[in-house]
This record gives sequence, structure tokens and C-alpha cells, in this order.
Amino acid sequence: MKRDTVTNKFVIKFANVNGTGSASANSLFSKAIFRMGIPISPKNIFPSNIQGLPTWYEVRINEDSFLGRRGGIDIMVAMNPQSMERDVAELQRGGYFIYDSSKPIDEKLFRDDIDFIGIPFMEHCREVYKDERQRQLFRNVMYVGSLAALLDIELEVLKGLIHEQFKGKEKLIEPNVQALVMGYEAAKKEYECPIAFRLSRRDEVGDKILMNGNAACGLGAVYGGATVVGWYPITPSTSVIDSFAKYCRQLRVDPETGEKNFAVVQAEDELAAIGMVIGASWNGARAFTATSGPGLSLMNEFLGLAYFAEIPTVLIDVQRSGPSTGMPTRTQQSDVLYSAYASHGDTKYICLYPSTPKECFELTATAFDLAERLQTPVLVLSDLDLGMNEHMSDPLEWDDERKYDRGKVLTAEDLDAMEGPFGRYLDTDGDGIPYRTLPGTHPTKGAYFTRGTSKDEYATYTEDGKKYVANMEQLQKKWETARHEVPKPDIRTTGKPCNVGVIYYGTSEASTLEALHHLDRLHSISLDSLGIKAFPFSNEIKEFIEQHEYVFVVEQNRDAQMRSLLINEFDFSPQKLISLLHYEGSPITARFIRHVIRDNILQTATASHMRSYKR
Amino acid sequence: MSYAIPGFRHPNLPKNELGYTAKDYEGRVSTLCAGCGHDSISAAIREACFGMSIPPHRVAKLSGIGCSSKTPTYFLGNSHGFNSVHGRMPAVATGGNMANRNLLYIGVSGDGDTASIGMGQFVHAVRRNVNMVYICENNGVYGLTKGQDSATTDVGSVSKKGEPNALEPIDLCAIALQLGATFVANSFSGDKSQLVPIIQAAIAHKGFAFINVISPCVTFNNVPGSTKAYDYIRQHMASTNTVDFVPAEEEITTDYAPGTSEVVTMHDGSAIHLQKMDEKLDIHSRRSALALMQEYKAEDKVLTGLLFVDPDSQEIHETMNTTATPLRNLTEKELCPGSEQLQKINDQLR
Ligand SMILES: Cc1ncc(C[n+]2csc(CCOP(=O)(O)OP(=O)(O)O)c2C)c(N)n1
Ligand code: SF4
Ligand SMILES: [Mg+2]
Repeated sequence: MKRDTVTNKFVIKFANVNGTGSASANSLFSKAIFRMGIPISPKNIFPSNIQGLPTWYEVRINEDSFLGRRGGIDIMVAMNPQSMERDVAELQRGGYFIYDSSKPIDEKLFRDDIDFIGIPFMEHCREVYKDERQRQLFRNVMYVGSLAALLDIELEVLKGLIHEQFKGKEKLIEPNVQALVMGYEAAKKEYECPIAFRLSRRDEVGDKILMNGNAACGLGAVYGGATVVGWYPITPSTSVIDSFAKYCRQLRVDPETGEKNFAVVQAEDELAAIGMVIGASWNGARAFTATSGPGLSLMNEFLGLAYFAEIPTVLIDVQRSGPSTGMPTRTQQSDVLYSAYASHGDTKYICLYPSTPKECFELTATAFDLAERLQTPVLVLSDLDLGMNEHMSDPLEWDDERKYDRGKVLTAEDLDAMEGPFGRYLDTDGDGIPYRTLPGTHPTKGAYFTRGTSKDEYATYTEDGKKYVANMEQLQKKWETARHEVPKPDIRTTGKPCNVGVIYYGTSEASTLEALHHLDRLHSISLDSLGIKAFPFSNEIKEFIEQHEYVFVVEQNRDAQMRSLLINEFDFSPQKLISLLHYEGSPITARFIRHVIRDNILQTATASHMRSYKR
Repeated sequence: MSYAIPGFRHPNLPKNELGYTAKDYEGRVSTLCAGCGHDSISAAIREACFGMSIPPHRVAKLSGIGCSSKTPTYFLGNSHGFNSVHGRMPAVATGGNMANRNLLYIGVSGDGDTASIGMGQFVHAVRRNVNMVYICENNGVYGLTKGQDSATTDVGSVSKKGEPNALEPIDLCAIALQLGATFVANSFSGDKSQLVPIIQAAIAHKGFAFINVISPCVTFNNVPGSTKAYDYIRQHMASTNTVDFVPAEEEITTDYAPGTSEVVTMHDGSAIHLQKMDEKLDIHSRRSALALMQEYKAEDKVLTGLLFVDPDSQEIHETMNTTATPLRNLTEKELCPGSEQLQKINDQLR
């Protein structure tokens, strides 16, 4: 097939069987490209299973740094006979299908609009390695070697990475390099290298890092001063706690005594996990939990308590596909409404929506300041795509001058200097945020009773309706204060008059911004955009919607949850907001967003905007 | 830290070692039914703390939901209290304890709160050996929701509702023993002379100290057919031992007949002096406690007293090796690794 060369701009997908050790070979592949200065974005697509089922690893390579999911596959590395049929079908025309030709493949699979590259990986491995497990492991390294030849990855970079990976286990370096070279040569021998899709060193990565959002959230909690964790394992949030514990073991253990400046308690369930966080926060520690949908459901009763009794609480929700157990290893942004209004009664919660690992780090650290300043729960809404995949991100930063905002906490001296009695829920400053005291502060002053029942300003139980209403209004006032304290949205304007806007949040960011770029370049459609970073919504969000005739809201759920939240919180016509929805469990693609907006705009001027687009 | 004790005091009230009077251990006036067993337990807690000279503000009181769980309002008014949600006090207490290991945590719960909705949390707090006193005010009934049978109601016991209970009861002491609780006692709200020293011993204990206190509900479960009624307990109660709590500084002065008494030294140097009523009980053996409880039960008797203690138990902070400073007192200085370290981490991610 005759074709044009495409350098540093393609999508390659690896089809593997889970539990066969392919993950480390795949990440070796990605890291090498990253080290060649070329931006990449790898995504794991894996089942909720430990061994034996198909998994995929999709890597987008893009020297222009468009790193959301693009849509479409150019190269398939098909190492799983089970999924071969659909893997072939998924390739775009003009693509390459790389497979293990140790066994012949079914002729029915052949397509004439793609190229097939068969290399007998297993056959080679059988000759060289005796042990079955070794054969399997080195077959993975071997296909990376072949890709080095086919795509022009610098072998020296790969070798360097292998040396780094096996530092301290030097015995393993030699056989890994051997497998790599074996793959490289096998491809060179039988095929013309490189193929049409190829790589070439660039300087487009700069000082960027490659990190997953969960690691960044965990590290953000370390920097943010969290000391107590209550948690219960659940995909995709578990690695937030793993990361926190890992960095704490490195950075928070006294080298002499082994004493720890942190406590991670694996709870019996999510009810207990959030209960521990609330107990610790009530007692003055910075504490947090991480969970996903089912766990969030269980935490509801306690969240309401923390809201009403005004206890700082930090919860990281790494969203996955619901409802119920749903698709536990697939991504979604479907806890938006539930997090905003969790638990019974009139409640609402501060939510933060990070889009990148850097934001995961920063917003997690900020969550502790907000929670303590505002004495209320703060939910960080990440998702599986952000949390469990590596993303290229700006490097993490920390200002050493930064002080933790511990909020309004009275010391014994404050209490002694106080005229009049201490009232836990007295809104002394008129901002809806009362002062609190910690247990053990003063022998005779400042003690109070924390409760989930209605209470007066002195924390005394009351069922007096007027006092109850006063308390609820104080909470409402605090909510208005919060509106000014939470992170502002990211607004990008075209600079030209523009009557259409696009709103996105969380991991829809990269694909949305890419779609907007291409709409501008390819279709001369330029649109303003706004990335929501927090709930309650600040006035900028309201103004943005008001300034545009209509606004697309991009989200990864069925029910247009953010759109509902916007409509519920502000007083404007639902007609203004057009949903753009993708919720099949894979990250939303730039292509999809671009096509929907393009088609809509081209057809527009037409009647109703009240359409919604789903896939 | 030390603080001046507040100025005004009634000159004639007896003071404890810290100069506090019994009044300093009071809370608000109880709103429970007159005669409710729970009120006697609050009184016992007050007396125990006064007697041990516990600074009230160094206590954190926690509870779930129920009549029993309301009681922390009625004692130690200068302590912070936390009336959490139904059955979840153990988690809140665990988190609280993680934040500050230097306070005394007293958890109060009911039989519904502990043996039903909160069973999971109770069991896991025992397993973790959280350093706290856990009192289950057990009336064999749901008081606050007006008289349903609870999971600790005995088979055949009849509450005011009139229907005999058909299901097997959960014996919380037995469960605590089996799960490895390091201090287990059974007592009766009407027996202050036993309950007060048991609470004191529980406070002195390092680790999870569980006290099941039979605490009759006069409104819904104090009828003739009930096995948690005052009359029934008075008639069927049998003590394993009498308990004397001797604070660290004091000498043991009482003389006991040899062979019938035993001194258990607690980790803080205080001592529990046991006068044995039944020689078969070996206070350091779970098996012995469980066997004896069974034996008494077979005779329709309720065995009370201190059932088991492991004075050398390792509480959760020791197991986890957390720093001696309360975690909540740590600041940016100890907690934040700083920008230089962050640069190193960035480098590892390139
Ligand atoms: C989640 C939840 N379910 C149910 C209730 C209603 N409720 C309140 S107290 C209680 C039972 C309390 O029984 P127990 O713990 O034995 O306390 P007692 O009143 O007998 O002292 C129940 C079911 C509640 N508060 N929360
Ligand atoms: S209902 Fe029963 S448990 Fe509740 S206060 Fe009255 S006597 Fe006590
Ligand atoms: Mg009860």
C-alpha cells in the first residue's frame, strides 16, 4: 500500500491478556518516546479481573501536545488471540496490524486496507528461554524491540530505561536487553523499517512530567499536611492511598526511631473510613479518604453529619462508570450531582474538578485549606482516566512560604481573652463561618457537644424552628462565602465577538481544547470556553453563560449532570445549554466533540438549540 | 500543659488531687426517664473520673444514637463530646484517637447501636485495639425508638410489648473475648460499687477496654418477663470478683485472705485488686472467662465483674509506630517535604 509518512502523530494500541506482565513493557515503550522529547498520552483499558481477560493499552503520540483521546487507531499490536477479531476491526484504513506469527492467524481476519506485520515472537522466545513464564515476559520486551525498529525508537533510550528499571537487580538487565535486541533484529530482517508511522526526536516535552492523577492526589495530601487516612480499597481510588503511604514512608518517617508522622487505617468499610476522617478532623488533624462511586454511596449519612455539624472533611472521589458496580474499570464523570448534594436533608458540598495531575496535586492540597477554612466537606472529583493513566503534565510546584490555613480554631489563650461565652455556632464574623475549639484545649472553656441533631448557636440541642432556620441560614451564608474562596474557572476567549461558548470540566479538558483548536483551524469556527474547577459556581461562570447565546456542556455521563447542576444553581433558561455527552466508559475523544459542535453550528440558526448529543 | 483551675469553688466540697470537686465532672441535667439505668452509668462515670483525678477537658466523649448515646451530655460538661450517627461511634473514636493519642476516649453506646447497626464497627475497633473505654449500655431493647427487641434480648424474654423474643441473643462480652479484646467486663447499672472501679480500671487500661453494662429500661423493658429488668438482674447476678481500683501513687492497704485475691498491675502503675468470688476464673485467660460465662448462663445466672485483662496489650499507635506527638499538633515543618524535595520527585517522573 502506498502511503505518506506520518511523524510523531499517531495512535497505537496494544492488545494484551491481563496478568501476563505486559504493563511494564508497554510503559517502557511510552517512556522511551517521552524521553525522545515527544508528547504522549497512554491509557489503560482493563477489565475488573486479575488474570486472563483482554486488556488494552492505547497510546496517543502527538508532537503538538494534543493529548486527549483522539479516536481511531493507526497501529494495533495484537498480542491476544482472544480479542484479535475486534482488534483488526478497530484499525483505521491505512493502519498496521502487528501480530505474533508463531501461529498462523485466521484468514478471515485479513483486510486489504491495512498492512499486516507478522513476527514470530513466541517462536524466538521458545528457542531462547526455557521457563514458560520467562517466555511470556520476554515476548513483551521483544515486541517493544520490534516496535523500536518499525517506528524508529532510539534503542539507546530503551536500553537506558531498562538499566534504570532494574537498578539493584542488575542480573535482569542483560536478558531484557537481549530480548529487546532480538525483537529489533527480527523486525529489521523481515520488514522495511521504519514503516509510514514513525518517530523522530523532538524537544516538545520540556520540563514536563509523566504522572497519574492518583499519585498526584496522594502526594498533594502529603504536601497538604494530611496525617490521618481512613480508607477502604476500591478501584480506581486505591492508588491514591498507595501513593500517600508510599511518599509518607519516604518522607514522613523518623530515620532513627522509625516513628511515623502519619497514620493510615484500612477501615472495615467506607462508612467507617469517612467516620475516621470526621473523627480525626474534629480532633484537629488533617485527614482524608479516597473512594469511588459505591463507597461514596455508603459515605452519605456521615457526609451530612459533617456538613451540618461543620466538620472539615476531605474526600477524593475517583469516579468510575456507574450505576451500582457498573463498569468498575471504566471511566465516567457521573458522580457530579450526587457529590454536590449528597446525603438527606438540605445539604451541599464543595467540589473540585481537577483536569491534570498538576491540578490533582494542587487541588488536593487546597482541599485541606478549604475544608478547614470553611469547616465543611470538600470533595475532589477525579476520575479513572485521570487517576489511573499517566498524563503529561507541567511539573509540580510548591511555594515554601505557603502556610496551611487551619481556619478559625481558638487556642486556650484566645478563650481566656474572650469576653462572653464561647458559642460554637455563633457567626461572629458575619461570613457564616463560626469558630471551633479542639478537644483538650482548655480546662473550663470552649468545650461543646458536636451533634447531628439541630442545635442553637451554643451547640445545645433544640427543636425550636426559628433557631433551626437561623442555623440553616448561617450555613447558607457560609456557602456564599465559599463561592468566593474556591478556585476560579479557566476562561479562554477568542478575542472576537462570539455567541457560542463551551463548558467542560475534569478530564474532558484536553479533548475539548483540542476540538476547539481544530474547529478554529479547519472550520473557522472559533468558540469561547470555560473549564469549571469548583462548585459552588463562582460568578464568572454565570457571566460566561449569560454572555453567550448558547453554550455546549461537555460531559462524560448520560444525564448531563453538570448541566443540571448549572440550571439548578442559576436562574437561566435550560434552552441555553446544549449537552454533549459521551459515557461509554472510554475517555471522550476530541473528534467526537469537534464533529458534534461542527454539525450543530453548521446547521444552526435553525430552530431549537435544545438538542442533546450522546454517544 | 498545665492550666490554672477555675477560681470559684464551694469551699466545703471535697476535692480530688487536682483540686476539682465532683461538680466539675457533672454535665447537663438528664432528660432520660426517671429510673433509667443509663443515668446510673453516667453517675458512675462521673465518680470514676473524679476519683481518678482525670482532668475533665482531657477526655473526649463519643457516642452513636439512642437513649444511651445521649448520655455523654450528662457527664463531664467540660469535655468535648461527639454524638455521631447510629452505630458509627467506633469509627469516629478511632479517627479521633489517631489525631491525638494523648486524650482519654470514652465511648458510650447502646445494644442497638453496638450489636446491630454498629456491629461491624464495634468488632473492628476491638480488633484494632484502639486505646479507649467502650461502654455498651445494654437494656436489651431499642429505647429511643420505643421498645423493639434488640439483638441482645434473651430468648423468651418479654418486653412491655408482650411478645417473647424468639431469636438467640448476641453476647457482646463473649464476642469481645473471642475477637481478642484486651479488657472485658460485664456489670450492672444498679451496682455502683462494682461499676465504678471497673470503669477506673478500664480507664487505666492501655488498649480497647470493653464494658457491657446491663442497664434496665424502665419504660419499655422493666417488666416481669424481661431478663434485663432490675428485679431479674438483682436475682440472677453473680459476681466473679469484687474489684478495687488502686491509683498508681497509692499503696494497697486492704488485707485479703490469701488465695482468694489477686493484684493486676496496669501499665501506668495503678493496680486492680480483685477479690475472687469464683476461683475458677483466671483473669488472664479468655478461655476461662468464656467457659465460666457459659456455665453461669446454663444456670440462668448472669456473671458480672472483670472477666479478662491483658495489662501488657499493645494499642494501635504502638502497633503502627506513630510518633509520640499527637498527629494533630504537627505543623508544616514536620509535614511538608518542601519544594526542593518536590523537584526531586519531578525528576523521577521524567
Ligand atoms: C441510620 C439510622 N437508623 C435508624 C435510626 C433510629 N434509631 C435511633 S436510636 C435507635 C435504637 C437505639 O437503641 P439502643 O442503641 O439500644 O439505645 P437505647 O435507646 O436502647 O439506649 C434507632 C433504631 C437512626 N437514628 N439512624
Ligand atoms: S426509654 Fe428506656 S432507655 Fe430510653 S430513657 Fe427511657 S428508660 Fe432509658
Ligand atoms: Mg438499648
